[in-house]
Amino acid sequence: MIELQNVALRYGVQNVLEDISLSLGERRIGIVGANGSGKSTLARLLNGLLVPSAGHVRVDGFDTAKEGRKVRARVGFVFQNPDNQIVFPVVEEDLAFGLKPLKLPKDDVSRRIDTMLARYDLGAYRTHPSHQLSGGQKQLLAICGVLIMEPACIVFDEPTTLLDLRNRNRVAQAIAELEQQVITVSHDLDLLADYDRILVIDQGRVVCDDIPQKALPFYVDLMS
Amino acid sequence: MNLASGLYQDCASRIHRLPAGLKVLALVVLGTAVFLIPNWQILLGILAAVIALYGVARFSPQILWAQIRPLVWLLVVFFAVQLWLNDWQAGLVVVTRLAIVVLFAALVTLTTRVSVMLAALERAMQPLRFVGINPEKVGLAFSLVLRFIPVIATIFHDVREAQKARGLDRNMLALSVPLIIRTLKMADDVADAIEARSYDPVGRK
Repeated sequence: MIELQNVALRYGVQNVLEDISLSLGERRIGIVGANGSGKSTLARLLNGLLVPSAGHVRVDGFDTAKEGRKVRARVGFVFQNPDNQIVFPVVEEDLAFGLKPLKLPKDDVSRRIDTMLARYDLGAYRTHPSHQLSGGQKQLLAICGVLIMEPACIVFDEPTTLLDLRNRNRVAQAIAELEQQVITVSHDLDLLADYDRILVIDQGRVVCDDIPQKALPFYVDLMS
Repeated sequence: MNLASGLYQDCASRIHRLPAGLKVLALVVLGTAVFLIPNWQILLGILAAVIALYGVARFSPQILWAQIRPLVWLLVVFFAVQLWLNDWQAGLVVVTRLAIVVLFAALVTLTTRVSVMLAALERAMQPLRFVGINPEKVGLAFSLVLRFIPVIATIFHDVREAQKARGLDRNMLALSVPLIIRTLKMADDVADAIEARSYDPVGRK
């Protein structure tokens, strides 16, 4: 469970987020909003990449400002551009990087990598240079890099924005199949259509918090 | 830009199975030794041995050629300069030394996974903790350099295409400013991504 209590975030004199209080417990939560509305900033607050200027964000009771490491073990984050998330030059090495803090035996690391790559049909690319993967494969590898750490929740920041339709569908399916709680920031309204809850962000505030059937039309009206 | 030619190639050879630390140590010893040997016949013998090691590692002549090809013009220039300043034997000594070091360094890279190499580097650097150097951070920095060279090359290609469309592909400012801005932005995002993946250079759980 992620709780935001009177959260505000300021960059200098600019208020990016203002007085946001939320309990995020649903299995699928979407966040929509115009460019610059503060939705990506809100997403970054959820796993402690940013800490609020005022208020508190807590994940399973852990304050993101004080216990960032414990929070990040529970909440994974997949970025818009997988090129910025894949840290190692070879596929298997990038997955092993995420497991390093766990100090697992070599065989266990290797088994987890095999399982994860097989799940997304990337087994043949285990020793492949990561920069030579296609855009969709890179995004799947970025998802694998987060999933291998077994977080309870995964935050996606515009995961399909840079992808063509085929890869978009592949990544959307991968997200749909996840057992974890998923919080997705996206402009791709089809991706969010069957979610449990949608937050519409405008000028740093949650202006609508409802089921997709009501929140998405509200957002479309807001943008028109 | 294809860095794959300079990265690990999976083959089940005896050289692949050697410990990374031993291979790096051999590189350091060989790299020092060739500069102490003035005899071109001995150097040619060492070069032949290094080339033979590519066979032991089960690499094709194409992979061997790919390692030396980018340097061919440099070797020709070095040889010509030595020929002009000294004699052909001196030229042969210089280019053979360089070819030995480059080919052996490439062989170490081709037969050793980056993660294994970095683990060996981190182990070797442990004593430097006492002077405030964190081996894990140094290892990660090396990894990031290898990972992001092709990414930055792609950004440069994108920027050059965009500026070419505007007729500015020969303008250094128009090429370098977007490249630097995008690289700095990417560096910020990468730092966030590493943090998001719970990277812990001091190994706390």
